[in-house]
Amino acid sequence: MTDSKQKSAPKSGFSRRAFLRGSGAAAAATALHTQTAAAVDDQGPKVVRGETSITLNVNGKDVQVKAEPRTTLLDVLRYQLELTGAKPVSLDGSSGASTVLIDDKPVAASTTLAMAATGKQIRTVESLGGEQPDDVVQAFVSHDAQQCGFCTPGFVVAVRAFLNKNPDATEAEVRAGLNGNICRCGTYANIVEAALAVVKGD
Amino acid sequence: MPEYNWPSREASTVIGKVHDRLDGTVKSTGAAKYTYDVNLKNQLIAVAYGSPYAHCKIKSLDVSGAEKTAGVVHVEILPQGQKDTEIEWEGELLAVVAAESEAAAREGISKIKLAVEELDVFADEGNLEAAEEAGRTGNGGGKVETVNEPGDDDDEDEFVEAEIERLFKQAKHVVEGYYAIDPITHCCLEPHGSTVEWKDGKLQAYLSTQNVSGTDEQFARDLKVTADDVHVQCEYIGGGFGSKFAPDYWGIAAARISKATGRPVKMMLQRDQELKLGGSRPSGYLKVRLGADQNGVVQVWDSHHWGSAGYRGGGVSHSVVPYVLVPPNYRRTSTTIKSNTAQARAWRAPNHPQACAMTQTALDDLAATMGANSYDIFLANLANASNGKADVYRAEMEVGAKLIDWKAKWHPHGKGPSRGSIVDGLGMALHTWGGTANTSSCLLKVHPDGGVESFCGTQDLGTGTRTVCAQVLAETFGLEVDGVRVNIGSSKYPNSGASGGSTTVGAVCESHRRAGQDALEKIFELAAKELEVDASVLEAVGGRIRDSANHDKSITWRKACSLIGLKPLEVTSNYQRGAASTLTNSGVGGVQMAHVEVDKETGVVKIKKFVAVQDQGLVINPKTCKSQIYGAVIMGIAAALYEQRITDPKTGKFINAELSDYKLARLGDIGEIVVELYEPESERVRGVIGNGEPPAISPKAAISNAVANALGVRVPTIPLTPKRVLDALAKA
Amino acid sequence: MKAFEYAAPRTEAEILQVLSAEPGATEVLAGGTDLVGLMKKMLVTPDRVVNIMDVPSLKTIDELPDGSVSIGAAVTLDLILDHPYLDVYPAVKQAIRGINSMQLQCQGTLGGEVCQRPRCWFYRNGLGLLSESASEGANQYHAILGNTGPAKFVNSSRIAPALIALEAQLRVIGPGEDEERLIPVSEFFRTPRHDGQREHVLQPQQLVTHVILPPIAGRTCATYEVRDGEGPDYPLAAAAVAMRLDGYGIVHAAKVVLGQVAPTPWNSPEAERLLIGHPVDPRRAEQAGLAAVRMASPLSENTYKVQLAKVAVKRAILLAAGHETGGF
Ligand SMILES: Cc1cc2nc3c(=O)[nH]c(=O)nc-3n(C[C@H](O)[C@H](O)[C@H](O)COP(=O)(O)OP(=O)(O)OC[C@H]3O[C@@H](n4cnc5c(N)ncnc54)[C@H](O)[C@@H]3O)c2cc1C
Ligand code: FES
Repeated sequence: MTDSKQKSAPKSGFSRRAFLRGSGAAAAATALHTQTAAAVDDQGPKVVRGETSITLNVNGKDVQVKAEPRTTLLDVLRYQLELTGAKPVSLDGSSGASTVLIDDKPVAASTTLAMAATGKQIRTVESLGGEQPDDVVQAFVSHDAQQCGFCTPGFVVAVRAFLNKNPDATEAEVRAGLNGNICRCGTYANIVEAALAVVKGD
Repeated sequence: MPEYNWPSREASTVIGKVHDRLDGTVKSTGAAKYTYDVNLKNQLIAVAYGSPYAHCKIKSLDVSGAEKTAGVVHVEILPQGQKDTEIEWEGELLAVVAAESEAAAREGISKIKLAVEELDVFADEGNLEAAEEAGRTGNGGGKVETVNEPGDDDDEDEFVEAEIERLFKQAKHVVEGYYAIDPITHCCLEPHGSTVEWKDGKLQAYLSTQNVSGTDEQFARDLKVTADDVHVQCEYIGGGFGSKFAPDYWGIAAARISKATGRPVKMMLQRDQELKLGGSRPSGYLKVRLGADQNGVVQVWDSHHWGSAGYRGGGVSHSVVPYVLVPPNYRRTSTTIKSNTAQARAWRAPNHPQACAMTQTALDDLAATMGANSYDIFLANLANASNGKADVYRAEMEVGAKLIDWKAKWHPHGKGPSRGSIVDGLGMALHTWGGTANTSSCLLKVHPDGGVESFCGTQDLGTGTRTVCAQVLAETFGLEVDGVRVNIGSSKYPNSGASGGSTTVGAVCESHRRAGQDALEKIFELAAKELEVDASVLEAVGGRIRDSANHDKSITWRKACSLIGLKPLEVTSNYQRGAASTLTNSGVGGVQMAHVEVDKETGVVKIKKFVAVQDQGLVINPKTCKSQIYGAVIMGIAAALYEQRITDPKTGKFINAELSDYKLARLGDIGEIVVELYEPESERVRGVIGNGEPPAISPKAAISNAVANALGVRVPTIPLTPKRVLDALAKA
Repeated sequence: MKAFEYAAPRTEAEILQVLSAEPGATEVLAGGTDLVGLMKKMLVTPDRVVNIMDVPSLKTIDELPDGSVSIGAAVTLDLILDHPYLDVYPAVKQAIRGINSMQLQCQGTLGGEVCQRPRCWFYRNGLGLLSESASEGANQYHAILGNTGPAKFVNSSRIAPALIALEAQLRVIGPGEDEERLIPVSEFFRTPRHDGQREHVLQPQQLVTHVILPPIAGRTCATYEVRDGEGPDYPLAAAAVAMRLDGYGIVHAAKVVLGQVAPTPWNSPEAERLLIGHPVDPRRAEQAGLAAVRMASPLSENTYKVQLAKVAVKRAILLAAGHETGGF
């Protein structure tokens, strides 16, 4: 679009106050406002440069870490918190190996800036371990859903997130719903079995 | 010395039984520490700079910008980065930048300035004519076999030419075709790399390797120290597939930088580098004419193939062409091509997958030409099986056909019903592999409290090696698997061969069973005294040592071990590769069948069902054994349909070297896979044989054949992308 | 990654305060699924990154007085997929479903999806967006339409064709503090003619705040993508169609937009003309598909995409009209 065209573009007369919430949208719109709208200070938004100390909530605990703006969440987890379950496999999250839950949603820690994760609940695969491992972990073990295991933590988190959302998933849904992760060793067939075993409560 | 042997199927309590992988929980919870996960205090992160040119001569490499970058601590120019060096493939590493963080190292890398003289690039490795024109070809060797021998006065070449022509004239059915398979990469999810640290002149190296026992010497040689001064450790490895046998020059560079800076260094290849440097499989392109008799048994084969294993040439060995089913008369020749791409590394069953994909497809086209059922043609050609396994293949074909419902689902090539634009098809292929046990030693400690601990310099690639070791010892001692502690993954443990060639399961079964039986002999002697029986009547079962004829005469395992004394009983037992043995064997086979659907309008192929029937002698753990086969099949599906190293012909750039572009199979792509372990007594008594590689051989040919059956048209080049399917349909 | 500054404004006005007028100096960060990878590869090297994910007004889904639906640019794709109110726009949901990675859907945003940089592997390998290599090299995924200039890449957005077919608009704010305008999605993309030109019309200090979907008003719509496999790989060709049919099944209005075939989403008035005034049947859909690719000018390696684009159009039309596609 040329500049002249931009100038002549109509003003939309669009403001947030003008929004009408439709019945269907209302629920979602409320749900979307998870963070409280912060008060705007007169100084304008804060601009961060260089390394600073930030607080992240990881596996239920607040932790202080050092981060530059360019530091990824994955690097913080792996290099500062010794949480090396999430793996660096691709630069752009295409393998799913760095999957973690942020506010219960599966996302790639490798493409999430650490600073963008402040104020959120971060859960890593390590939170699914412990004395009484999560059902998904147990199913992965009993269905041999790992070989070299490098993709496995990312897959475990992905399966957990998928089943949280689809607790009664059918086999077809499992096969359609877990394509964000890559396994080079080829453990997919056993992952399908493992996920279905969790659904069935085996 | 005891007679080393395996218990019978009936007597086995652990062997042959399903057992969960011992490291399953640590792997599934992120607790397992891979090389990439080892963080040493104060470590530097090193990232390498690779050549953006596929063929050039270096004029200058200026790293001053990198040195000045905030956070960068050390920059090393590698020997290949020196002035006047000729670089022959894109990605070859030229310099390494070590910094406080990966982000800083990458920023440093971006400030490196390279000046080169660009040289002519050849990367069109499938194009024989162009390669010849560019002077990039070499003789790959070949072989001729004819039933009739030339007379004393005959010119050999003329005779062969005439004899082959005669045989083709005689043939009832002749097929001429072109079959090809593109290069792929290993694409390990954990890239090649290491974390290294010097302490008191000794090197501690956490290395992602398939060769724990052999890499300490390689570090030592290149760093001018002794192997005793190097400790290589690899508890867990994120994939190798034949590509991780050495520290590689970047591992050595990491050690040098660590020495120079006095700090630990972690250096893992970046994802694109892993695809470019970490290993690839040679391409293969084959032209063939074959002639068969009225029964469809091939009598004469005449082929020429070419391809490239990289800038040094090489390609698919002619020795496996045609594959497994070798007719009495054949002539095979080959040409190697030097292309400006990285040199290949061993990839799961080197040469076999390509040979299978280039030749068993031709056999299937014979069935198509004859209007015959592919199953019958494969069956008839078992007469030509070159490995003496015709009977086994026949039995495996029968099992496979039942599982995939071949009879009911079969239709002649291109003559099946279609649903809209969707057609379906069946295809099969078969394979062979050695799997001889590698050299291996095991140090076994039986503690006076009954604890059993083994030490072996082997590694678990995800193949279940740890679990197999524990099962063998548990079986030997009549214990639960959890009662055995297996230690592997350190070069300080007794030597065990590299995990290549499907040699590991045999290797560790040899060393662990031997060590177990050796130790048990000593424990029997002690128990015999206690029980006042002859040691020869004793057996170890269910946590007890007992008289095999009189089960009441027994003591617990613990009690027996308490007789050892204060110090543990230590036994080291060895197996030398190639030595005669009753425990292991070599030579496996397998048959695979694919059922696919193809959308004729879009060229998209989907796997409906895939059946793999595999023999591997005695199966130690059916669960992990099956997992290997599932994995091999899934890798095969990826290579058949999606995976492909794409080299831009103009620039020689490996243009899809990121996972978003290097397409692998995903969970939704694999269809229903059925794995059947073929283990009748005749197989079981042969002993243990590796199966890590063989099931990865057939999928490509089986799937290509299924697609040909669906379409009635051969898509000549693998992977069978929509583009290629549509191009083939358009040509037909 | 180059070191950069980070800002996380909390209102639209604040965003504009921290965005620079200089091209390339600031980048808007939404889900980061595309931007962070590009920064790691040093293909995008801003001095400052502005995270818009903490701005509540960008995270709403609302109905406007005229019945249009406004979706905030920072709304993640999974929320759109799960939103029952948006069921009337199957073309949008089908496109999002096609991304087929839970993670990318949960992290990626609508604004980011529309504004993502091209996937062209020459660009992603540092050879530039208008790389000459694409003319004769490995161009199997490149453009077959609109490719006569230096740009051979394809626009990557999966959702944009559907938005254009549905005649959606983008609310854009900036560069001035209270400047805002509505831009039809059909006018948002452009084909760069020289290096440094963006693939859309936004100026450095502008950003998309909302996508406004007009009421469905009796239209039917669908997206059909030719996908090779189940991963979050881009389709080989795609088409989105919106039509208004009368009680007799006659097409009264039609929008046909192709994706992944040209440097911008590609509207096909030729296909639309063929549809209007006729009932939808497989033959008509096929003809419309043919018309859509009649002007195609494939490159050395992508002739097959002409067939795929044709099939995508045909199948999108059939799907929109409630017919079987006959294929996968
Ligand atoms: C492996 C992989 C596979 C993918 N597959 C697909 C796919 O199949 N189909 C598909 O469509 N996409 C795919 N994506 C691309 C893309 O990441 C997603 O579509 C996602 O929706 C982008 O949203 P984001 O919020 O993460 O964008 P970001 O990465 O945050 O931003 C993307 C770009 O848009 C700009 N931007 C973001 N928001 C705005 C705004 N409001 N106004 C102006 N500019 C803005 C950013 O500055 C940046 O240049 C894939 C990505 C990856 C890594
Ligand atoms: S288990 Fe090795 S990559 Fe999945």
